[in-house]
Amino acid sequence: MGDAEPLVRWDWIGRNWPSIQTLLVDHVIMALVPVLLGLIIALPLGLASVRWRLLYQPTVSLMNVVYSLPSLAVFIVLIPLTGLAERATVIIPLTFYSLAVLIPAVVDGLGSVPDHVSQSAVAMGFGPMRRLLQVDLPIAVPVVLAGLRVATVSSISLVSVGALIGRGGLGYLFIDGWQRQFYTPIVVGIVLVVALAVLADGLLVLAQRLLTPWARARRTA
Amino acid sequence: MNWLFDFFGNGDNWSGSDGIPMRLLEHIEFSVVALLLAMVIAIPLGLLIGHKRRGAVLVVVTANAARALPTLGLVVLIVLLVGVGTTWPVLIPLVALAIPPILVNTYEGIRGVDEDLRDSAYGMGLRGGQVLMKVLVPVALPLILLGLRIAAIQVVATATVAAYVGLGGLGRYIIDGLATKDFPSTIGGAVLVAVLALVVQLGFSLLQRVLVSPGVSRRAKVR
Repeated sequence: MGDAEPLVRWDWIGRNWPSIQTLLVDHVIMALVPVLLGLIIALPLGLASVRWRLLYQPTVSLMNVVYSLPSLAVFIVLIPLTGLAERATVIIPLTFYSLAVLIPAVVDGLGSVPDHVSQSAVAMGFGPMRRLLQVDLPIAVPVVLAGLRVATVSSISLVSVGALIGRGGLGYLFIDGWQRQFYTPIVVGIVLVVALAVLADGLLVLAQRLLTPWARARRTA
Repeated sequence: MNWLFDFFGNGDNWSGSDGIPMRLLEHIEFSVVALLLAMVIAIPLGLLIGHKRRGAVLVVVTANAARALPTLGLVVLIVLLVGVGTTWPVLIPLVALAIPPILVNTYEGIRGVDEDLRDSAYGMGLRGGQVLMKVLVPVALPLILLGLRIAAIQVVATATVAAYVGLGGLGRYIIDGLATKDFPSTIGGAVLVAVLALVVQLGFSLLQRVLVSPGVSRRAKVR
């Protein structure tokens, strides 16, 4: 590598844009599917933990343990089951990481419903299901979404570690750049991953504004 | 399972510079050094901005951006920029990734201390520095330790990834095993790293129990 190697060679990006795009799409799929699965699983589990308090502590402890496992180690241990360089090998562990963030978020969110509000709902004749859907869950939205933001951002960033087992979306650019001692792919990869994370985070903030219109109404009142 | 027996049952894997004890020690050494460096930078800074209540926005924005940074990319880029060959450049990304959780939790911990508590400390005649060290830090300790725990686990995991660019430690088994299709070594390394991470997690839970004042932790439970 010459001394004058620039951090970014723009012509390289232009020439390789189609393959970068393919990696980007792969990255988005492998990052977002786990968060979506995590949310779908965390809602009933969180509800169950609120309903049966005894379940909560063991679930949270287990999730703490899961969360502390290094992603690379988990990918590797899964290879015999799901295969090398397969999407599932990355998606399954990331789903568990999402769960580890989302279950406590759902439980805390439902816990943030003030007592007088749920009592009013009961007094107004809301059944358990209607109370959940129309009162408890909407009030829980800010806390759940805060968890969702953490889960999404870390999922987007963690996918790239999968490159070490041959399936890491944009993470491939890091391996490529390292092997050729060439900065451009690495910089492109980092910028795109961070941009994806910022974009996803922004969309979730927007979703929160749309889902909780009363929060703004109260502020302006 | 057979692979695990192949790896842990092989006597060669237990001795020499490539043996499990040496690799484990290496991994712990890098992790401890990186964590200590991060603490030296992040804790005073967190205490300062938490106590003076300035620069908070900058911290939160930086920390959020740092969470999105892909560790593998950062490791590869920094090592390429700083120079390949020696081990120490690899420590830079480890330290960089450990700083945000420590900084944010220290700051949030100090900032979140009850206003009345802070006022009564001043009212009792304590000075700024004394209020910080005798009241704010002990009360904020659970959060500060949480930040340290997150950072430690992150460092252990990233040190594994950093084996890709030549760092020693347990990651070597994983990276070298993948390169040579030696799956017993890969899986064995992965299991060792996972166990190490769990020990770190457990260690911090114990540390928390020992260090945090009972008054503080009991109050936390009531909340």
